[in-house]
Amino acid sequence: MCGIAGLIHRGKSADIGSQMTSMLQALKHRGPDSTGYALYGDKGTKDYIMRFKVAEQEDLATGFDIHDIIIDRKNTVDERLKDMKVKVKDEVQVTEYAHRYTLSFDGDLKRVIDFVEDVEGVEILSMGHALELIKDLGDATVVSEQYKLGGFKGTHSIGHTRMATESDVDIRSAHPYWAYPFNDVSVVHNGQLTNYWTNRRDLERRGHRFMSDCDSELIAVYIAHRMDEGDDLESAMKRSVDHLDGVFTYLVATSNQLGMAKDVMAAKPMVLYESDDLIALASEEVAIRSIFPHEIDTFDPYEGEVRVWQS
Amino acid sequence: MAKLKKESESHKLGMHAEQLAGRTQQVFFSPSADENFVYHDSIEVDFDKVAEIDAGPMEIRDVNLRIRELMKEGYGTINVKNPSAKHSLGVGILNRLNLNFEGSLGYFGCGLADGPNIRISGRVGWSCAENMMSGTIVVEKNAGSTFGAAMRGGDLVCKGDVGSRTGIDQKGGTIIVGGRAGAFNGFMMQRGRIIILGDAGKNLGDSMYDGTIYVGGKIEDLGVDAVEGEITEGEEKWLEAKLGLYGMEAPNGVKNLTKIVAGKQLWNYDNLEPSEKKLVL
Repeated sequence: MCGIAGLIHRGKSADIGSQMTSMLQALKHRGPDSTGYALYGDKGTKDYIMRFKVAEQEDLATGFDIHDIIIDRKNTVDERLKDMKVKVKDEVQVTEYAHRYTLSFDGDLKRVIDFVEDVEGVEILSMGHALELIKDLGDATVVSEQYKLGGFKGTHSIGHTRMATESDVDIRSAHPYWAYPFNDVSVVHNGQLTNYWTNRRDLERRGHRFMSDCDSELIAVYIAHRMDEGDDLESAMKRSVDHLDGVFTYLVATSNQLGMAKDVMAAKPMVLYESDDLIALASEEVAIRSIFPHEIDTFDPYEGEVRVWQS
Repeated sequence: MAKLKKESESHKLGMHAEQLAGRTQQVFFSPSADENFVYHDSIEVDFDKVAEIDAGPMEIRDVNLRIRELMKEGYGTINVKNPSAKHSLGVGILNRLNLNFEGSLGYFGCGLADGPNIRISGRVGWSCAENMMSGTIVVEKNAGSTFGAAMRGGDLVCKGDVGSRTGIDQKGGTIIVGGRAGAFNGFMMQRGRIIILGDAGKNLGDSMYDGTIYVGGKIEDLGVDAVEGEITEGEEKWLEAKLGLYGMEAPNGVKNLTKIVAGKQLWNYDNLEPSEKKLVL
């Protein structure tokens, strides 16, 4: 089933970490397997923020050596960043397997990303000036506490609670997906894509990489591909509604935009609240009401509809 | 279940097109008629006896149980404050009751209703009034998809816009939409009526077996086997009366509503029994 949620504050920063946690916790019944956040913090720096993991949570139960292996992997990442002349200005170890780095670099970022991800077990969850992508097993409260997301200030966010159906319960199959290699682009999805493999093979032939077997990742890569071909976000999303087959409602965020798209049969729910200074949308109204205790006017976007909002 | 009548006001008005040969499930419920009480455990309630529930801090199950407790105590009017878009509120009420929700409901609200008059001041999520049997449900704002799915009787009204697949598999009763409706409305409907005063999305009435759809605005396109019909004088009277009950009007008058019915050209409209069909095939 899965639950998705998004919110965007127009022209101001707010405690999006706590707000998104409330929304996702209200959607827990739609999918308790994993929870993910794409949080867009305050911009204004040229530095990159890289969120990455060096193992899956379940790997920790695979033997005594894994703890040393994890340290080795992290050290290899550091060496490779140094080789690529990337300056690590700040680093935070969030969990035993998840890290947040602040990087300074002005070269070919895709080469750096590919070089780092070449280390076994390493996956870059996000890279960008504003985007911080966090995902792990458990419900929103668990993940929020684990990654200390309460008090995270920013302009907008998308999130996901996952009911695993077509791929495993692990972090690599959890949402959101970062639209590699585009900075600050992320996707969450509720639904199933029925032309996944056809599109995946096509995109792989064009040089794009997939980190999971989850059909939702295709949307992120597809949007990245279309933007690489020159589409803006809205055009890419409109094209996706015709190109992707199946039932889906998905949300995309960039450094300053939030977009939603619904398939042509409107088979997956989405409820939208729109005011002058805030847009909030979710699979169920209870998620929106979790940050608005008072009565609000909401509505369902229609089939095939694409909408994009600016922060 | 309300008393089954072969003849009814709608038949007198010449609106018997939806009746399939040899059988009917049409039920005409009158909230003022005592004989309509059929459930052995129906409760006598006093509509002047008013109670209030604050659903805000309560679990869904507790709200529904509290409604039943109050009915057993004879309360005929129950006002529910702060429903907060919770799911499955007001379900399975098989009794006369005035039930007012002061706010919005989530998914599956008021399903299986058989008798109550329900008003929701806010919006409802997906699958409101699923399998509704009789009574009235009025939503003052918008509704999500599958509004009135498999509905069998009563009046279901949304004064705002509705999502997709309104009246899917509808088997009776009337659905009224004040605004716009999404795609696939009346999909596989079997009986009953849908009145959409605004625009209707694509595939309207797709694979409908019977029943009637009226549209006041533009129709994006018709579904398989859905065709335009002519509105009779009797229908005009009925439409005006029905809309008037809820303070609603067709945008350009009921005469200018577009009527959609089943073309009955699909394979399932031949005269063969399923066993005979196998032999032919």
